Amino acid sequence: MWRFDFYNTNIDFLRWGKLAIGWSILVLLIAIASLVFQGMNLGLDFTGGTVIEVQYPEPVDIPKVRNTLRQAGFGDAQTQHFGTSRDVLIRIPPRDEANAATLSNDVLHALQGAEGGAGVTMARAEFVGPQVGAELVEQGALAALGALIGILVYVMFRFEWRLAVGTIAATVHDVIFTVGWFSLFHIEFDLTVLAAVLAVIGYSVNDTVVVLDRIRENFRRRRKGSTLEIMNRSINETLSRTIMTSLATLLSVIVLYFLGGAVMRGFSVAMIVGILVGTYSSIYIASASALYLGISREDLLPRAKETADERP
Amino acid sequence: MSTYTLNQYPWWKYLLIGLVMLWGFIFALPNLFGEDPAVQISGAREHIAIDASLQDRVAGLLSAGNLPHKQLELEDGRLLIRFTDPEEQLKAADILKDQLGRDYIVALNLASSEPGFLRALRLSPMYLGLDLRGGVHFLMEVDMDATIKQVEESYVEEIRTQLRSEKILYSSVGRAASGGILVEFKNTAERDKAVEVLRKNLRGLQQDKSSPLTLKLTLDEPEIREKRDFALQQNITTLRNRVNELGVAEPIIQQQGSERIVVQLPGVQDTARAKEILGATATLEFRLADEENDWYQAASTNRIPLNSRLYKDREGRPVLLQKRVMLTGDSIIDAASGLDQQSGSPAVFVTLDGKGAKRFEDATKDNVGKRMGVVFIENKTETKRVDGELKKTAYTVEEVINVATIRDRLSRRFQITGLDSTREARDLALLLRAGALASPIEIIEERTVGPSAGKENIAQGFRAAMIALMVIAAFMIGRYKWFGGIATAALAANVVLIVAALSMLQATLTLPGIAGIVLTMGMAVDANVLIYERIREELRNGNTPQAAIHAGFDRAFDTIIDSNLTTLIAAIMLFGFGTGPIKGFAVTLSIGILTSMFTAVTGSRALVNFFYGGRKLQTLSV
Repeated sequence: MWRFDFYNTNIDFLRWGKLAIGWSILVLLIAIASLVFQGMNLGLDFTGGTVIEVQYPEPVDIPKVRNTLRQAGFGDAQTQHFGTSRDVLIRIPPRDEANAATLSNDVLHALQGAEGGAGVTMARAEFVGPQVGAELVEQGALAALGALIGILVYVMFRFEWRLAVGTIAATVHDVIFTVGWFSLFHIEFDLTVLAAVLAVIGYSVNDTVVVLDRIRENFRRRRKGSTLEIMNRSINETLSRTIMTSLATLLSVIVLYFLGGAVMRGFSVAMIVGILVGTYSSIYIASASALYLGISREDLLPRAKETADERP
Repeated sequence: MSTYTLNQYPWWKYLLIGLVMLWGFIFALPNLFGEDPAVQISGAREHIAIDASLQDRVAGLLSAGNLPHKQLELEDGRLLIRFTDPEEQLKAADILKDQLGRDYIVALNLASSEPGFLRALRLSPMYLGLDLRGGVHFLMEVDMDATIKQVEESYVEEIRTQLRSEKILYSSVGRAASGGILVEFKNTAERDKAVEVLRKNLRGLQQDKSSPLTLKLTLDEPEIREKRDFALQQNITTLRNRVNELGVAEPIIQQQGSERIVVQLPGVQDTARAKEILGATATLEFRLADEENDWYQAASTNRIPLNSRLYKDREGRPVLLQKRVMLTGDSIIDAASGLDQQSGSPAVFVTLDGKGAKRFEDATKDNVGKRMGVVFIENKTETKRVDGELKKTAYTVEEVINVATIRDRLSRRFQITGLDSTREARDLALLLRAGALASPIEIIEERTVGPSAGKENIAQGFRAAMIALMVIAAFMIGRYKWFGGIATAALAANVVLIVAALSMLQATLTLPGIAGIVLTMGMAVDANVLIYERIREELRNGNTPQAAIHAGFDRAFDTIIDSNLTTLIAAIMLFGFGTGPIKGFAVTLSIGILTSMFTAVTGSRALVNFFYGGRKLQTLSV
């Protein structure tokens, strides 16, 4: 039996609170800079265009495929192996032609007509018109915003405002970090990745709420100790849970990364990055923000509510 | 409360949990059985009977072709033939398509091979999305600007006719470049006369009289809404008719938003052919009936009179119509079914545009008392491989959809009566609309997944889910020993409940949906982790095992609710804004969160109580 325990830990997490926040701000600046200057490698769902995944009966060389496509008038196509050397992924940027929707058939016919291409089959073909792409970007942004606002309202309702702000700060931090990761390493960002980012929002808040719950509980139960001590204590007490849950979720996503197939890879990467950074942010960003916003025991005691109401 | 009564559930709680799990197992059960390759036969039209005689005929055809089949089933107006081998399925489909002809839709299908008692209970396996079963998804958009332009153009004609018949002098009528219709007059008096006439006769137009010599007319809101809706419904009708011919087992044709149509064709491989058929154009022709010759005789002897053409109606009976066309479908503005005000019998009300009305008036005034037929014509293209070359051939399908007697001189509005049922009236109105001037439609999104890619996706998803379950089980047991085992049992129960809920709701399972299930597995054990860590803490604080279990479950509960609700908010947002496969992810994630709260809290509590409750414990294996 292997065993790891964190219950006797007494790490002074918040001693590095300022350092952590400074570090996070730096990393976020890099992420934002990358988003601004390098932009996103947006997938077909958002840019529009055509993607065709074909399977050859035998392993095939990419230059050969490229050549065939160029001769057939698809010089602007991007070609790469996808998963195995028999699978080829072809991307064609959006075109103005009226028959853009039939492009996938034309490409398949061109490949089948070329030497050694008799047995080529289509595994997947996607065409997204430009009007759809713009809408998906809009809807995706709305979904992310809606999720953040919904969670903010819930957390405000359940917790004191400083903790709510800390939670949202941690969540926004995780989202920017994850999206920035995709920008920095130029990984394709498609609809499934967007879904993963929203799941990261849910996960990150989930993780943070557990720490905050304990902070509130300890403020109410323990009379001794400074704000800083109680917060540190709460983080330490929930540390093994934080790590266990993160590991369990991480394990399932890692399985998905290796076994879920090429289509799910982007999704898994976003989840892995999100879980790691979400774990860090629920320890540091959420509680440290609340601390620097000046939270104190009185804010969390049940009677504190009444006095708060009486303030002008 | 004494230590001995802590952590005991009353019997009815166990019963309740047992019932929920029983429900889960029963609803999840159909998913355990595989699928048979099958051929599904249904009628191409309403009246074509799928009955025992067809069943015998099909059985005869199959045995003549030496094709053994597993089972022939007649249910819900369709005939399902199951095979053991996909090869045989394909061969059989080819033979049946050839032999049965156009009256029947012969489609390839996969039929769940669940045993009869499950089918009798109407239980079905999860509904697989196109990315898992293979097929085509089209999103089509109706060009509404063009639609409104068409409507305005037909109004231009109409206004001209009206002004002329009222002897109002105008200098020009035309569509304004910025939209709307502009009528110019020589003087204001004439314009004011026109204002009155047009207000009375053309209700759907808003008038702008701001300059003295012109009148600007624009479609008002209700009129625009009606025309847009009409254009959309017309396209949906047409698409539905077309899809029937493609031979797809479970097609979906749905309105999405105010100007879009989703078409999903599971199992369709040949997207080129699908696009050709969906893109066919239809029109209508009104022709006088040939009253001098016997229709049946002409059909049986194949001697067609010189000025006539032989058609067939929807029941396949011969109809002789004159060659001269009285009116074509592009003159029809509207066709709606309803009840005749005098007789109360079903009727179809047709509205023509100005030009068409005039033509029709001339054509019908001398033919009162004679019969008239409506021919529905579809122009299609088909690409076939001839000697290795792809060849496009165009062909038309013509069919008489109605024959009626002309009772009066017909003009702008007329009605078709003598229909047998309101259903027939509705069908006729739909066909008349489908053949009217079509609004342009464009494919704006297409997603095709090949059948082998679909199978691969299922296999990969299933394997990933299984291995994730095992890895998490090992992880939980490694950390929490017996309690970890209980968490694993709860997790397995959770997966069963997710599958059951998906099967019951018939929500679409997609590849991201499977990812959602895998992700939920990781997140579901969070509740157990919270509880167990709490129990350990309580033990360290010197509590007895029973008190620690009690406090662990109790104190962790609030936190579990908080953390799950926040994830649920994100999942619901995803469902609200997401499309297609992403919705599938949101669905499994939401269901997984809800079921996990039940299994991880109530379910594992029941197991813990069952094994540990009411006993004197020295230590806990946690």
